[in-house]
Amino acid sequence: MTDIKIVKAPEGMEGTGFFATQLDKIVGLARKNSLWPLPFATSCCGIEFMATAASHYDLARFGSERMSFSPRQADVLMVMGTIAKKMAPILRQVYEQMAEPKWVLSMGACACSGGIFDTYSVLQGIDRIIPVDVYIPGCPPRPEQVIEGIMRIQDLAANESGRRRNSPEYKQLLASYGIE
Amino acid sequence: MTSEHITERVKNQFGDGLVDAFETYGMLTLVIKPEINIEVLKFLKDESDLAFGFLKDECGIHYPFNKDEELGVIYLLHNLRANVQVRVKTFFPSDKPVIRSATSLWAAANWMERETYDFFGIKFEGHPDLRRILNVDDMDYFPMLKQYPLEDGTREDKDDKMFGRG
Repeated sequence: MTDIKIVKAPEGMEGTGFFATQLDKIVGLARKNSLWPLPFATSCCGIEFMATAASHYDLARFGSERMSFSPRQADVLMVMGTIAKKMAPILRQVYEQMAEPKWVLSMGACACSGGIFDTYSVLQGIDRIIPVDVYIPGCPPRPEQVIEGIMRIQDLAANESGRRRNSPEYKQLLASYGIE
Repeated sequence: MTSEHITERVKNQFGDGLVDAFETYGMLTLVIKPEINIEVLKFLKDESDLAFGFLKDECGIHYPFNKDEELGVIYLLHNLRANVQVRVKTFFPSDKPVIRSATSLWAAANWMERETYDFFGIKFEGHPDLRRILNVDDMDYFPMLKQYPLEDGTREDKDDKMFGRG
């Protein structure tokens, strides 16, 4: 006896032998349930993330069991931990190498704002160099919070319009970060 | 090898070049003039009865209120055979932060002097590759000098109003 749950099909017209719905919803459904994270883990938040990915909290339930250590195959950039100013160009390069659509999850006080490291050597929040979709507060956040953050990314992925990445707003956002 | 012996040997060799010598927690500290830093280090390294062959650490320090002796370089030497350490300090004014490099004596001084330059702006004459090592290359100040605030100037969320101050 298994209790495997399968996600419901989106709303649409249904009849014998056919089912019609919006393409965006189908694409969103597929993307939402197979987000491949790129763990950019630099410190203790990374340890907490490892707990999230391990069997007890089991991030695989959300379709994110496949950690992508190549940015080219990743959907979600998970930045976990303190980012030193010297690390900033590398993080930015990783972000630029990711293919669209891509989301960024900033985990913990350090990645979000610099945290306790208010000092000359630490980047005061990764949103100074790359756009961030979801922030997870905490020092470090508990795995439940990480899962919540992943679920918020899932919401974004599921409801994103297929044209969003071509929209002038999105292009303007990237341009404001100086990303081509 | 006693502290008195080391002090005596350095004093006989360099005379006034040895500014001060004292012992703290059992470790000898020699304060020397910056012009003769390499000669003193070479003497401590090469003399067979001293033989401080290991440059354990080299770092800078900034005392902004010590007039004409604001900046310092500190060498920590170790004689591994006798297991004796000695600290060598030298101070010079911050408007002329130049001192000769110890890379001619120890290759290990290379990165430690780069770090000292990176944080204190002390220039080492004769260093083969004196550029920043730990901080970002485009940093335009030396963060361990006391005139610079430790906190990052670009931080926005630490508004005093939010903490009921000011």
